[in-house]
Amino acid sequence: MASKASPGKPKKKGLFDRVRDTQIWKSIFRHGYPDTQRNRALAVLSNVFLHLHPVRVRKSGIALSFTWCMGGVTFFLFLVEAVTGILLMFYYRPVAYSAYNDIQELRETIPLGMMRELHRWGAHAMVLTVWLHMFRVFMTGSYKPPREFNWVIGVVLLLLTLLLSFTGYLLPWDQLAIWAITVGSNMARATPLQGHEGPFSQLLTLDGEALVTAGSDVRFALLGGRFVGENALLRFYVLHCVFIPVVAVTLMAVHFWRVRKDGGISGPL
Amino acid sequence: MDNVLAFLRWIVTEAAAPKLLVPLVFVALILTLKYYRVVTKPRVAGPIGLLIVVFLVGSCFDANFRKIITKADNIPIILLLFSVFFLVWLSLRRAALNDEAAEKGEPPLEARFKRETVLVWPDLVMIELIVIVGLTALLAFWAVGLPAPLEEPASAALTPNPSKAPWYFLGLQEMLVYYDPWYAGVVLPTMIVVGLMAIPYIDTNPKGNGYYTLVERKFAISVFLIGFIVFWIALITIGTFLRGPNWNFFGPYDYWDVHMSVPLKNINISEIFWVKMLKQGMPEAWYVRELPGIVMVIAFVMIGPLLLAKTVLKKLFKQLDIVRFSVVVTLLLFMISLPAKMLGRWLFNLKYVVYIPEYFINL
Repeated sequence: MASKASPGKPKKKGLFDRVRDTQIWKSIFRHGYPDTQRNRALAVLSNVFLHLHPVRVRKSGIALSFTWCMGGVTFFLFLVEAVTGILLMFYYRPVAYSAYNDIQELRETIPLGMMRELHRWGAHAMVLTVWLHMFRVFMTGSYKPPREFNWVIGVVLLLLTLLLSFTGYLLPWDQLAIWAITVGSNMARATPLQGHEGPFSQLLTLDGEALVTAGSDVRFALLGGRFVGENALLRFYVLHCVFIPVVAVTLMAVHFWRVRKDGGISGPL
Repeated sequence: MDNVLAFLRWIVTEAAAPKLLVPLVFVALILTLKYYRVVTKPRVAGPIGLLIVVFLVGSCFDANFRKIITKADNIPIILLLFSVFFLVWLSLRRAALNDEAAEKGEPPLEARFKRETVLVWPDLVMIELIVIVGLTALLAFWAVGLPAPLEEPASAALTPNPSKAPWYFLGLQEMLVYYDPWYAGVVLPTMIVVGLMAIPYIDTNPKGNGYYTLVERKFAISVFLIGFIVFWIALITIGTFLRGPNWNFFGPYDYWDVHMSVPLKNINISEIFWVKMLKQGMPEAWYVRELPGIVMVIAFVMIGPLLLAKTVLKKLFKQLDIVRFSVVVTLLLFMISLPAKMLGRWLFNLKYVVYIPEYFINL
């Protein structure tokens, strides 16, 4: 590394150097300018966000043509969804009489109403990239030992991504939304044993009374009613904004941690 | 000129019908896997890709095609098709290069740098920054250029026709053409998830860990790609672009006519057996009536594994222990049950193999 000031000629300090010399800066970043091996390592090690990474990675592992960057892109899109989603939560109320109007307001009068577009297209893109990430991991055999269990977590995360997208689909409370969710949740009616139109469910009886009915089956539990109504809207909102994100973030932490523990980005042994 | 166009339209419409499109995609995939070293050469794959672009752009001159393609929520599927096409090419191209290198005794591309490492700061952080900036720009353009759809307010009284699930579930909705919801909507998706989770535990082949290859993992990659391309991506494409009102098939250039009626001529195995073959009435009791279908299902479940073990899975049968082999065969049977029913429908207008509405068990 070429040092900045050649010996013997004391260089005048620029503005950035002065800022870096302040107590505030030094209290935040505990390393010098990252132009030496040591400081570059510290830049990663002493930063809670960057230390998701190891200090060094395989040169072959970071090639775009190898990873396609799809896992990273998926994570970034998740962050985009979190930020835009929180902004949308300021304006949107998950009750049947106002939900649709709130979306219309977002579309027409609210500054930064574009958040809704970013949120929707980001969500579509995330479903796409999560599939492509799985496709890449499969094609490079990266699920093989020792990464078997991380693949399983990845499958759960894929499922959660779909559920996040699915629960969010209902929230605009327009025709597209409730009928898509109606079609989707109608499947649950036919769950074996647990759906009122599912195989064997009528075998579950108590004193001759059917236990699994349209008012007690798994679809009812999902929607909070016999059809997609305001209970379903509230349930999907809570699932979408709180429950699934919390589970997903937890599993993501496990997923990333295990990528590190299982030897980083895969490569030929 | 008009005749040529009309002819092309006719060909595309015929080929887009599920009973041709699904087998076509399947055959194209198998041929690609068989001749992957030739097909993935840029001078072969390039023109194929170009042809697809020409087809899509050219078709956009048709008003009906444009209407369905440019529907805001359908844009991701166009992105999906292009990225899947490109990435299947990329992965198979790298597999071809690696496999050729392996034949010459050289290491795969990924081992070019041996175990050489680079510092995350700046090498990886820089890439991440560029990707983040690029992606943010892309999303911003997408959001500015294309308003998110918002239809009429929700109404439980007005059912749109067709009613479609979100696009990523349209493959499952398309499966409903062939199977009832309990199977296509609950059992099959469950088996897809279970099957995906099982992959690392049933694929005991230690080769191909961390680099692209096809020869070393031919069976695993073929099965995965058949599932992903034929039974997921292709079905989503059909469900999105080619299914109109009442879930009827409409060619890419057809107008979605709500009043188009398709004669229902599908029949059950029981009807074929008792009425058509034995020329008698249907038996009263369901277990007699459905006996032929039940026998067929049992035969599929019992004889299927034996057939597989003797043919396609011969090598695997020797390599795997009994538990792993049973799981592989079970998952494969679930997978095969879909094309099996599809063929029954396309060739014999088969509706149900087993039809027991008394217990909501229809297969």
